Amino acid sequence: MLVINDLHAAIDGKPILKGITLTVNAGEVHAVMGPNGSGKSTLAQVLAGHPAYEVTGGSVTYNGVDLLELAPEVRAQHGVFLAFQYPIEIPGVTNAYFLRAAYNEIRKSKGLEEVDPMEFLDLVEEKLKLVDMDVSMMSRSVNVGFSGGEKKRNEILQMAVLQPMLSILDETDSGLDIDALRIVANGVNALKRPDNAAIVVTHYQRLLNYIVPDYVHVLAGGRIVKSGDKSLALELEARGYDWVLEAA
Amino acid sequence: MSSTIESLVNREYQYGFTTDFEAETLPPGLSEETVRFISAKKGEPQWLLDWRLKAFRRWLTMKEPHWGNVQYPPIDYQAASYYSAPKSVKPLASLDDVDPQLLEMYSKLGISLSEQKRMNGVAVDAVIDSVSVGTTYREELSKFGIIFMSFGEAVREHPELVQQYLGSVIPYSDNFFAALNSAVFSDGSFCYIPKGVRCPMDLSTYFRINAAETGQFERTLIIADEGSYVSYLEGCTAPKRDTNQLHAANVEIIALEGATVKYSTVQNWYAGDENGLGGIYNFVTKRAKAMKNAKVSWTQVETGSAITWKYPSVILQGDNSVGEFYSVAVASKMQQADTGTKMIHIGRNTRSTIVSKGISAMKGQNSYRGKVQILPKAEGARNYTQCDSMLVGNACGAHTFPYVEVGNNSAILEHEASTSKIGEDQIFYLKARGLDAEQAVSMIVSGFCKEVFKELPMEFALEAQQLLGITLEGSVG
Repeated sequence: MLVINDLHAAIDGKPILKGITLTVNAGEVHAVMGPNGSGKSTLAQVLAGHPAYEVTGGSVTYNGVDLLELAPEVRAQHGVFLAFQYPIEIPGVTNAYFLRAAYNEIRKSKGLEEVDPMEFLDLVEEKLKLVDMDVSMMSRSVNVGFSGGEKKRNEILQMAVLQPMLSILDETDSGLDIDALRIVANGVNALKRPDNAAIVVTHYQRLLNYIVPDYVHVLAGGRIVKSGDKSLALELEARGYDWVLEAA
Repeated sequence: MSSTIESLVNREYQYGFTTDFEAETLPPGLSEETVRFISAKKGEPQWLLDWRLKAFRRWLTMKEPHWGNVQYPPIDYQAASYYSAPKSVKPLASLDDVDPQLLEMYSKLGISLSEQKRMNGVAVDAVIDSVSVGTTYREELSKFGIIFMSFGEAVREHPELVQQYLGSVIPYSDNFFAALNSAVFSDGSFCYIPKGVRCPMDLSTYFRINAAETGQFERTLIIADEGSYVSYLEGCTAPKRDTNQLHAANVEIIALEGATVKYSTVQNWYAGDENGLGGIYNFVTKRAKAMKNAKVSWTQVETGSAITWKYPSVILQGDNSVGEFYSVAVASKMQQADTGTKMIHIGRNTRSTIVSKGISAMKGQNSYRGKVQILPKAEGARNYTQCDSMLVGNACGAHTFPYVEVGNNSAILEHEASTSKIGEDQIFYLKARGLDAEQAVSMIVSGFCKEVFKELPMEFALEAQQLLGITLEGSVG
C-alpha cells in the first residue's frame, strides 16, 4: 500500500528526515516510536502534505501512485488520513457542517452522490458511539472549547466517518488520561480492516497496550534505527531509547 | 503570506464590465448651475431646489473630513460629472419600456427586471448612474398602501411625505459628504409603509455606476409608519475603471412608534486593482431614527470600494427603542475600510447591539470606528459591542476605534474584541480532510462571519457568502 524509500525532508532549510525507508501493507499496523525531535511528527506531516515541509529526496508510493505529487486534499480524497497531534480550531463552523463537507468531498472524488444533512446525521450517530461522544458535539464549532481528550476523540470520529485506507495517528495519545486513551484506542481498533492500514506515531509504549502493532520502528535523527515486532516496544518501555541509539 | 492565500485573495472582479448605451452626461464641474440643472432636469418643485441650494452653499463652507483612518489624494470635485442618465429612460416609463440593453446589464448582474423573470419575492428599484430605471412589484405593493418608487417619482407623487421627512434624520448640514449629496443627489429609492402594515416582501434597491468620471449620489428615504415592518436590501456594483469614482449616498430611515426596519446592504463596488489603481470612493451617510418601541437593524457586508467611509447609525429617540448593527467589512488588495456605527441613546430603556467583523487581506487596512453615546435622560440604556478582526497574511492591518460617552449612571455597556489570524495550519487541517484551498478559506471566513450572515435574509446571505468568496478566495459554496 505504502512504500517509502529513502525519504528526506527539511523545514526552513533544516534537514529533519534523513533517509526513511518503510513499507506498509494492507491490514498492518505500524508503530513509529522515538525520542523527541527524532522526526516522528515530521514523517506524519510529510505524508499528509503539510506545505511547511520540503521533500528534499526519496520517494513515497501509495497504491502505485507518487503520493508526493498529490495535493493534500487529493491525498485525503485517496484515503490518506492524518489524525492531528494538535487539532485545529475553526470558530463558527459546526463540527457537523465541517465533517459533512469533508465526507461529501471524498464521496464526490469517487463519483458518489453527496449526502444531505439528515442522512449524514444518521450516519454520524452510529460513529459517535464508537468514540463515546454525544451528538451535541456535532453542533459545536470545530474543536473550539474542546478539552484535549475531546479533540482527540473528534479526530478519531473524523477517521471513523471518512473511512481512510491509510490512517496516520500523530501522537494521538499525548495528553490523554487512561480512560480517554482506551476510548481512542478502541475506536482505532474497531476501524481496522484487512484492506486498510495504520501508522501510529507515539512517544510512549502505553498506547500500544491497546493498539497492538504488527511492526514497531524506532526513529532517531531522521532515520529508522531499529525495527521489530511488539516486543521491541516493550523493551523500549523497560530500557528507554538510549541503548537503541547507542547500538545505531 | 502563502502563495495559496495570496492567489485566492487576488480574484478577478466579475462585475467589472461596462455597458454601452447612450447616456446623457453633464460635463464635469460643480456649481450652483449644476445644482439648478439637476433639479430642473428632474422637474422638481421650488422647495426642493431651495433645499439643494442651501445644502450646496453650506457645503462650500465645509471641509472634507480627514479623521478616518484612510489615505487618498485630494479629490477634485470639479473634475467629476454630477449627472449621467441613460438616454432611453423616460420619466415614469413602465418596465416594459426599459432599454433592452439595460435589462441585459441587470440580468448580467443577476437581477432581472423583466416582468416574467423578476426576482422571486423581492421588489427591486434599479438605479443606474443618476436615475432609477425601473421598480418592480409596484402595483402589488400598492394594494397594501405601500409606496415603493424612485425618489424622483416620490417627489412628484408624494411631495408632502418627502418634504416632511427629507433631511429629518440627516440634515443637509450634517457632514461634508451628506451636504454634497443633499445638493446634487440625482435619484434613489423611496419607500413608505403605512401604519400596521407588514410589508409582504423584501424591498430592494440595486445601484449600478456605469458612466466614467461620474459621481453617484443617490438618496434613499424609508418611512415606516407606526407598527409597520419592512425588510430592505441594497446591492451595488460598478465597472472596472482606472480612475477613482466618488459615491456619496445618503440613506435616511424613520421608524415611527412600534415600527421595525431591517436594512441590509451587500456593497460590491469596484475595489481597484492590487496596486490601488481605480476603485470607488464610498463615502456614505446612513442614519435611522427610532421612535418609541421601534427597532432598526442595519446589516452590512462591505466587500468592495477602494475606500469605504460609512457609519450606519441609529438615533434611539423613543423609549424602549432598539438599534442593531451587524457588519462584515473586507479590505483586500489596497482597499481601506473605515466603518462602524453610532448608537445614540436618548430614550429610556433603549438597547443597542453592535457586532462587527473585519477581515483584512493582502495590503488591506480595516478599521472599526464606533460610538456609543448614552444621553443623561437615557435611563436604563444598554449596549453590547463585539468587534472581531481577522487577518489574512502579514501585510494587512486591523484597527479598532471604539468611543463611549456615558451620561447616565444606570447604563450598562459591554465590549468584547478579538483579533485572529487565518493560518496555514487551519487551511492545512481542512485540506487534510479533502477540502481544497478555496473551500477551506471560505469555510473559515464564513465561520468568522456567521453571526452577521444569520441576520441577512436567506437569499441575500447566500449572495453575501458568495461575494465574500469572490472577493477573498474564489467562489464560496
